[in-house]
Amino acid sequence: MGIKILTEHINVPGIETLEVYRKHGGYRSVEKAIKTMTPDEVVEEVKTSGLRGRGGAGFPAGMKWSFLAKPEGVPRYLVCNADESEPGTFKDRVFMEKNPHALIEGMITSSYALGANTSYIYIRGELLFILRILEKAIAEAYAAGLLGKNILGSGYDLDLHVAPGGGAYICGEETALLESLEGKRGNPRNKPPFPAVKGLFQSPTVVNNVETIASVPWIVNNSGAEYAKIGVGRSTGTKLISASGNINRPGVYEIELGVPVEEFIYSDEYCGGIWKGKQLKAVVPGGSSVPILPADLIMKTATGEQRLMTYESLSDGGFVSGSMLGSGAFIVFDEDQCIVRNTWNYARFYHHESCGQCSPCREGTGWMERVLHRIEHGHGHQQDIDLLVSVAKQIEGNTICPLGDAAAWPVASAIRHFREEFEWHIKHPQEATAPGAVYRGQLAAATV
Amino acid sequence: MAKITFDGIEVEVEDGTTILQAARKIGGDVVPPAMCFYTPLKGSGGKCRVCLVKVTQGSARDPRPMPKLVASCITPVQDGMVVENTTNEEVLNARKGIVEMLLINHPLDCPVCDQAGECDLQNLSYEHGVSATRYEEPRRTFNKVDLGPYIQLHMTRCILCYRCVYTADQITEKRVHGVLGRGDAAEIGTYIENVIDNDFSGNVIDVCPVGALTDKTWRFKNRVWFTKPLNAHRDCPTCSGKVTLWSRGDAVLRVTARKDEYAEVEEFICNTCRFDKKEMSDWTIEGPRHIDSGSVISANHYELPVVNVPIVPNLPKSTVKKMPTE
Repeated sequence: MGIKILTEHINVPGIETLEVYRKHGGYRSVEKAIKTMTPDEVVEEVKTSGLRGRGGAGFPAGMKWSFLAKPEGVPRYLVCNADESEPGTFKDRVFMEKNPHALIEGMITSSYALGANTSYIYIRGELLFILRILEKAIAEAYAAGLLGKNILGSGYDLDLHVAPGGGAYICGEETALLESLEGKRGNPRNKPPFPAVKGLFQSPTVVNNVETIASVPWIVNNSGAEYAKIGVGRSTGTKLISASGNINRPGVYEIELGVPVEEFIYSDEYCGGIWKGKQLKAVVPGGSSVPILPADLIMKTATGEQRLMTYESLSDGGFVSGSMLGSGAFIVFDEDQCIVRNTWNYARFYHHESCGQCSPCREGTGWMERVLHRIEHGHGHQQDIDLLVSVAKQIEGNTICPLGDAAAWPVASAIRHFREEFEWHIKHPQEATAPGAVYRGQLAAATV
Repeated sequence: MAKITFDGIEVEVEDGTTILQAARKIGGDVVPPAMCFYTPLKGSGGKCRVCLVKVTQGSARDPRPMPKLVASCITPVQDGMVVENTTNEEVLNARKGIVEMLLINHPLDCPVCDQAGECDLQNLSYEHGVSATRYEEPRRTFNKVDLGPYIQLHMTRCILCYRCVYTADQITEKRVHGVLGRGDAAEIGTYIENVIDNDFSGNVIDVCPVGALTDKTWRFKNRVWFTKPLNAHRDCPTCSGKVTLWSRGDAVLRVTARKDEYAEVEEFICNTCRFDKKEMSDWTIEGPRHIDSGSVISANHYELPVVNVPIVPNLPKSTVKKMPTE
C-alpha cells in the first residue's frame, strides 16, 4: 500500500461534516498558508512539487499558476473543473461525494496563492446531488469563518460558488467551461488569448481539475519537495485511477505514480486480475480519448521496457505504440469484448458531444460514427478501414479544441492495433453480427 | 510594424494584424480562403478551418515552428514569422480534407440554388475539392424554419459560419435567431417561430457565404450570372444608400450591398433599400460594378469577350492533388 494523499480519510464516517474533517487535520493548510506564507511562496511550493494537471493533459500545475497575468485592478479567478464526463472517469465524483471539504480546502489555499477573491466550482449537471453536498459543506465553511470576508482574521476575502453545467462533455474543455460559466453557449474559444490572460469575464483565470486542487493542501502542509519524492521522474505524487471493465475489483484507486501496469491489473490490492480468469485483450489507460493498446503493448513498451503508470511511460512510443495517462480512467477489455463495437460506441459518444462549431469535428465525428456503425452491423466495405483512417487524420489537429483529437485517436489507434478484427467484421458479416461473436484470431496468434 | 514572409513573399504590416489580413495585403493566389471570417464582424473567424496555414517560423525571437496548422484569420503576426500556404503540401491536403467535410452534408443543389455563381463554397470546392465523394450515408436534413417575408432559410446548405449571428448581434438592435442544438444537429433557428424583423435584418443574406440565407424577393427570379451588376445610390435616411443593383433589362431583380473581392460588404444597407426599392427610377445609377470575387458574373458582361473563354481557365495546381492516402 502506497501513501494516500487524497483518500486517506475518505472512508471515515462523517468526514463530510466540518467537525470530523477538522478532527482529521482538515483546513491546516489554509491556516498555514494564510498565516505564515505569502501567495508566491505557495505557488513556489506547488512548482517544486512537480504536481501535474490531473484532468487529462498533464500540464504542470505550478507552471500554469505562474503564467497567470496579474494586471492591477483586474480581478483574478480560480475555476475548479468538476465537469468530469469522460467515459470511464469517475474519480472526482467519488472524491467530492465522500470528502467535499477536502476540495473546499484546496480551493481556499489555491485561491489564496493566486490572489483570487471569487472562485467557482463548475460541476457537471448530472451530479446535482453532489452540488448539494458541496453547498452544504461550503455553508459550514462560511459559518466557521473559513470563507467569506476576512478569513481567519487575515484580511483575505474569498467567495466560493458552485455552478452546475447543463451536462455537456464539451464544457469540460476549459474555454467552453468558461463560456458556459458566463451563461453562454458552451463553445470553446479560439486560443490565444489563453485563460491565464483573458478567461472568465475577460479576466485572468486558472482552470484546474478537482484532483489537482485537492492535492494542494498536502503540498502546503508537507512541502513541495516532500511531494516530489513520491512517484517516478517527472510524474510526481499520487493519482486517482478509475478502474473499470472486465476486472475483479473495479473502483477508484489512489496509486503512487510509477506502479507497473501489470501489478495494477493483477495485484489484489488494485484491480485483482481479469474477471473470471479470462485473457486480457486490450486496455484504454486514460479515458476514452486516449489511444487503445493491445495486451502486449500495455505491459511492455515497444522497446521491451516494463510499462509503469506514469505520464511518460504510458506515452512511450508516441501514437504508434503508446497511449496516455489522460484522466486516469483505466478501462480493461477481456478476450470476449469486441473492439469494433467498442470503437463504434466511443465514436457515437463524440458524435453526440461535438459542439458543432468547427467543421472538421462537426462533420467528421458523425461520419466516423456512421461508417463504424455500418461495419459493426455487417454492411462494411473493404475500403472503409482506410476511409476511417483518412477521416480521423483530417480531423486530428485541425480543430479549435482537443475534442477533435479525442474523437480521432481512439478510432485511429483501434485500427492500427486491431486491423485484423475490423477486416474480419467486413469479410464475415454474418458471423460477426451473430450475438456474442468476437474475433479471436489475434489472441490465438499472440499465445502461439 | 512586423515583417513576415508569406509563401516566400515579404510583407510588412501593423502589429496585431492577422496572418490572413497580411496575405490579403499581398493579394492574388496566395490568399487563404475564408468561409467564416468576415472583416467587418468582430469576433468572427476560427470556425471553418479552411484558412489553415503552416507557420514554419514563429517569430524572429523564437524561430520554432508552430506544432499544428493554425487558422490564419485569427492568428496575429509576429515580426519575422514565416508562413506557408500554397507552397506547403500539408496545408493543401488539410484544406482538401476540410472542404470534403464541408461538402459531405451539403445538398449540392447548386442548379436550383439562388447563391450559385457567387457562392464561396462553390468557389472553394472548385479550387480545393475533389470530384468524387466518399460519403455514402444519407445527407443531413432539417425541418423548415420560416424567418418571415424577406429571408429564406435553407438550413441544409448552412456551414455554420456564425456570420449571421454576429451580424444580428453587431448590426441590428436585437438578435432573434441563433445556433440551436450541437454537433452536426446544430442549426440556425429562432427557437420558437419568430420573424427576423428589423431595419437591418437583410444583411444576414449578404454575409452568408452559401445559399442558406437568401433573399425571398429574388427567389428563383434569375441566375446571378445573367444579371448585370450596377453601382447605384439613393438618398436613404437609415443607411448610406450605396448599393449594387442586379438588373436584367430594365428590371431591378435584386439589391445587395457592395462587396469587395473577398465578398465582404463595404457598407451594410437597410431593408428598405434592399427589399422595397425595385424600380430603376428609385436609384441614381453610377455605372457598371466590377465583381472580383472569383466568379463568372463580370466576365459575361464587361471583362472578357464572351467568345473563346476557356471553360476551365488555368486550373490552380492544388486541384490536381490527390487525397492523402494515409
